Parts: sequence; C-alpha cells; structure tokens
Amino acid sequence: MAGPDLVSAAAALLVRGLRDPLWMERLTSDQWSALVTAARAESLLATLAVRAAGLRLPGEVSALLEAARRDAERVRTQALWEAEMARRALAPLGVPVILLKGTAYAAAGVAAGQGRSIGDLDILVPRDRIGEVQEALLAAGWEWVKEDAYDDLYYRRWMHELPPLIHKERDRMIDVHHSILPLTARRRPDPEALIAHSIALKNGLRVLAPADMVIHSAAHLFADGDLAGGLRNLWDLDRLLREFGTRPGFWNELRGRARVHQLSDAVARSLRLAAAIFQTPVDDACAGKARFSDRLFRRRLLARNGWGQQTRPLTRLGFYVRSHWIRMPPWLLARHLWVKAGR
Amino acid sequence: MPGSRYAADAPHLLRKVELDGLTALFHLPSGTTHILAPPAPEILAVLGEGPADADTLLDALRSRYALVEQEGERSALLARLAELEAAGLVQRA
Amino acid sequence: MRHAIALRIGPASFRVGSSWRGPIEALAKLYDGYPAPDRASAFTVRLEPERPWRRWLRPSVAVGGDYVLPGASPLALEHGLLAAEMGMNLQMALGQRRHLLLHASTVERDGRALLMTGHSGAGKSTLAAILGERGWRLMGDEFALLDLGSGRLHPFPRAISLKNGAIALLETIVPQDRFGPMLEGTPKGTLRHLRPHAEAIARMNETAEPAMILFPRFGADLPAGVRPVGPAEAFVRLTQSSTNYVDLGEPAFVALTGLVRSVPACAIDYGDTETAIGLVGDLWRGRTS
Repeated sequence: MAGPDLVSAAAALLVRGLRDPLWMERLTSDQWSALVTAARAESLLATLAVRAAGLRLPGEVSALLEAARRDAERVRTQALWEAEMARRALAPLGVPVILLKGTAYAAAGVAAGQGRSIGDLDILVPRDRIGEVQEALLAAGWEWVKEDAYDDLYYRRWMHELPPLIHKERDRMIDVHHSILPLTARRRPDPEALIAHSIALKNGLRVLAPADMVIHSAAHLFADGDLAGGLRNLWDLDRLLREFGTRPGFWNELRGRARVHQLSDAVARSLRLAAAIFQTPVDDACAGKARFSDRLFRRRLLARNGWGQQTRPLTRLGFYVRSHWIRMPPWLLARHLWVKAGR
Repeated sequence: MPGSRYAADAPHLLRKVELDGLTALFHLPSGTTHILAPPAPEILAVLGEGPADADTLLDALRSRYALVEQEGERSALLARLAELEAAGLVQRA
Repeated sequence: MRHAIALRIGPASFRVGSSWRGPIEALAKLYDGYPAPDRASAFTVRLEPERPWRRWLRPSVAVGGDYVLPGASPLALEHGLLAAEMGMNLQMALGQRRHLLLHASTVERDGRALLMTGHSGAGKSTLAAILGERGWRLMGDEFALLDLGSGRLHPFPRAISLKNGAIALLETIVPQDRFGPMLEGTPKGTLRHLRPHAEAIARMNETAEPAMILFPRFGADLPAGVRPVGPAEAFVRLTQSSTNYVDLGEPAFVALTGLVRSVPACAIDYGDTETAIGLVGDLWRGRTS
C-alpha cells in the first residue's frame, strides 16, 4: 500500500491535478486511489473529472471520472430546477432574487460552475421584503426544518438569513439571505449595494456582479467556517479570478467594492492563497503583502490525506475556535452556547 | 383567477413511456420521474402545444380525447392543474 | 491507516483501511481466492476509532470512507468484519454512479438472470445462496447492477450475509471453510458471512441478460402463491429499491422502463424455502415455453 509520503501528499496531488491536468496521465494506481479519495473528501471529484476530460487514463479511472462528470450534470440540472421553482413561487412579488454560490455559477454559465458540487439553494433578497418572501415560499410548499423557538429567535435577530426551509415534496433546502455575513460578524458588508449591482439573467433571476461574486466567495472562505471545505471554495475563486481578471477595470472595481463591504483583508488574503496554491494570476495591489499567518491558512486548506482523513488536528482546532469568534462576539457566543448546552 | 392561462413544457423536454395503463414520464428540466394517470398526460399534451386557460383546455380534452361530459368536470380539471403545478409540470403563463 | 486490504468484486474495487488488524485478517480469509486487484480503487472504506482512545479502551469501530451515513453507531471490534461489509455497502449505495443499483439478489442460468427484490427479511439473500449451490451462478445477494447502455446485469458477488435461521440451513449444504466467523449480538442479530461458490468468483466479469423479476414475500404460515406483476407496479417497486435511480437521470429512466417492458415480473409468497425454490423452478421453466 501507499507509503506515508504519498498518503499525506494527497492534497498536493489534488491541487497539482486541478492546476495541471495533463500531469495526471503519469499517475500510478496507488496515486489514483489516494487522489480520488482526497478529491471526494474535498467535494472536488467532479471538478477533477471535468479537468481530466480527454486525457489518456487507465480504463477504470476513466469510467469513474466519466460517471462523476455525468453526476455533476445531474446535480446542475437539479440545482437550476430548484432555482426555477423558487422563481415561480416569488415571481408574483416582483422582488429581486439574487442567486448565490454554486447555483449562481451554474446559472451564469461561468467556469466556476463546471463540475461544481451544489447543495442547498442560496438566494439573496432585500431585507425589507423578507417577510413576503417567506410567506410566498411557505405557500408554495416549503416548510421550516427546525421547530425550536429559541433557534428561531437567534436566527432572526442575528443571522443573515431566514431559518432553514425545506421543500416538502422535493426534499431540497433553500437558504434565504438578506446579507452575506451574520449581523453579529465584525465586518458589515452592504447588501443593498450587492443587490443594486446585480445582473439579470434571461429568466429574470439575478446573480452578483463579477467583483461581488469574488468578494462573496472570499467572505465565505474565511467568515463561514473552520475552513473545512475551503479548498473547493478556493478553487471557485481561482476560476472566477481567471475568468474575470482579464476584463478591463476588474481589479480596480474589486478593490473599490471590497472596501465598501469592509472585506479588503479577506479578499486580499484569498488572492494570496489562490496564487500560492493554484498559481492564480492576481493583481499585486489587490493581494497586498504576504503575512506569516497565510502559511497557517495554507496548512489548514491542505489538511487532507490519501485516506480522506483530515490531518493536522492542532491547526484545525485553531481554526474552529477562530471561526466561532468571527461569527459571534464572545459574550453572545457564551450566551448561545449556554442556552444550547442547557437543553 | 378567471381566465388564468396555464403552460407546460414543450414535448421535446419530456420522455414518456406507457406502462399498462399508466404513463411514466421523465421531465428533463427537473430530472424528475413522474407516474401519471389520465387525464394528466392528456393535459400536458394539450398544453405542450401552447398555453391555454381552463375552459379552452377543457374543450380540447373533450373533443380530442372523447372525455365524457360530467358535472364537476371543470373543478376536477382545476384540481388536476393544481397538482401538476405543484409537481412543476405546469405553470401559470 | 495501519492495516489495509484491496478487493475487486465485479466492476467495483475497494480499499479497506483499519486501525486494527483483526477486521483486515477476517476480510482476507473470507475473500480468499478473489482476484488480486489490478487497478485503482473506486471506493475507500475506513474502520477507525470514534475517539483516539477508543482504539484500545472498549474498542469501537466507526465506519468511515468516501461516503458515510451521519449518525451511524459504531460497532464492537469483534464485529469488525460486519463493519467492513457495511462500509462497502455504503460506498456502493451512496457512491456508485456507473450502473443503476437495485437492492436485489441475482442468479444466472444459461446466460439469463433472475432478479429477486423486496424488503429486508423477504429472504432474497437466502434464496440466492441456495440457488447458487443448486446449479445457478450467484451474481450477487445484495446489489444488482444494471448497465445503462446494454441493459445487462453485472455481477457483484460479495460475501453473502446470512441471518439467524438461514445460517443453519446453509451450513448443512456448504463446507465450513467458506464461512466467516459467527457474529452474535450484532445490531442485525446473529450473522454469518458465506463466500460464494468458486464458479461465481471465477466468472465475476461475465454479464447476463435479465430474464425474470421476482418479488418474494416470506411468512411463516403463508400459503404458496404466485401473482403476475404489471410493468407499472414493477417500475415503481424497482425505483424504490434503488439508491441511485434519481442520481442517474434520463439514462436510468430509459434503462428501467426498458427492463420492466421486456422482462416478466411476478410476486411469490412462501412459507418455507423449499416451496420457494420449487416456485422459482416452475416459473423459470414456464417462461421459456
């Protein structure tokens, strides 16, 4: 079986494979096993498969990747359908509905959408109309996931989204956001600006403007979690930046908008990490100077071995604690945890 | 809503297979499989040609499929349309 | 992972890694005679402690891998073999995307296959195991794999999972060396695994054309009965028995509607195994005349 070097280098195999697909033609069976496992663990198998299309590979690897590509097509169809059903439910309101994350990439036809694994439907709507949006969705067959009153109160006061809704027939979740970060977070993006700059698709649904897509992705990378699943998020950024980076005025727009949303640091760091890991071409002024902590983030993003396990437990713990601190000020965190533990 | 028009997807977006009296339907835009009993497949066939309101639809179903005229037919049709709408196979035009 | 084994079963290949040696040794013994894997593993299963100290202290095996069931309870170390089998089942059920997966047992005769599907406890594993010793080739007892292109079935001859009464029954007709250890007190009761007949292993690359679908139903006092099942009912019941039908989209719709339209289906009720075997024989002969 694979030796220790190969096992811990699986994340590196994955990164290299994504960056430089032709290189994968040289991999051994053992390396493929490790690569596929790591890719699955990072929700990047279909992405890898799209990158590997057309390569000369061993039969069983080819078949596996082909199946993954087909699966991604099906995921895309279902995600866009979910968006369409939300559109039908909300159309009578005349409210702007902005698609976010994976569904947005698929709907907008950008490179970041290819092979992308997509979970729930995420939409952004104006905060002052969220009550109507909620009622329209409930009337069209969505229902609350959790019945608990405390969670509801916490959600409505502090979070940037409605409590989770799930469609009773289709069994798919929708997250209705009115901002892109919780109200308790230290940074306060401006949702009205995001909505004002959004772009309409043919069917009337909307997506964020390119610079805002990048900013949202960067915010999500750091603010949302302990960075588990961050590699996929960083790949999204690589794809977005490569696609938009050559458009005239893009980098200036990115810098300006990041400042408006108080997310300059997050954007800068995400650019540096993308450049370091995926060799994404980035604008130096936007990326800013390298920081020592970049190295820690990098370790965290690549903490996956060839058996699919998360490695580097101490680094991970540091990020778990940090992520909760970013979302909630300490006094609120204590209160939240105390109530939760008391149940 | 009086005069409200209904629409369905064009036939090339559906795959239909007859299975002893029922219709198995694969709806390409959603990737969902449905099992339909009459008059649902007939409703979709008519609406697949173009949007129509309930009365026009009822006339087409009567003449094309020789459905017997009965009392309560129109409200039954509205009920079927509501089900198809919830399933995503029909929408308001 | 400290201990590992790679297995190829039909078109699928697995890597099973474990923090303990026991389960890997048990797997190696149960799958003795299976071909050496010559390719990258399609799926990975991990048998690991829930918490680091549970490796030694009241060892408990959590089943991990490419695909996991959230909230699944870990198993005792003595049931490690069962954990490995469950792990492989999970990967197939949640992750297999090449073929349409049906929860069914399959046996083959003269290039034609009989599919048996139904709820747990309907006896499809036991029936398949017995038929596999009576001149039929066992293709699988848990999962049937329908090729989306050709409509043929691929073998997936994993070790057969026998429960309670079925164990004693098979012990009378199959030599001891083909059995795994007796596992008592598992979440599924008493279990014993049975390695398929050497022929099933030797021919694990041979596909077969489906020729009949059966929905067996077992009840201790159930009188024997046969009822034809129409294509619509068969279609619905088969989609319910599939974990990946929805995931495969249009090709699965085409393959499955094609299957139910070209292959006859029957529901059979039986109160004891010999009756069932008899009914199967009659129906199989009847279909060719």
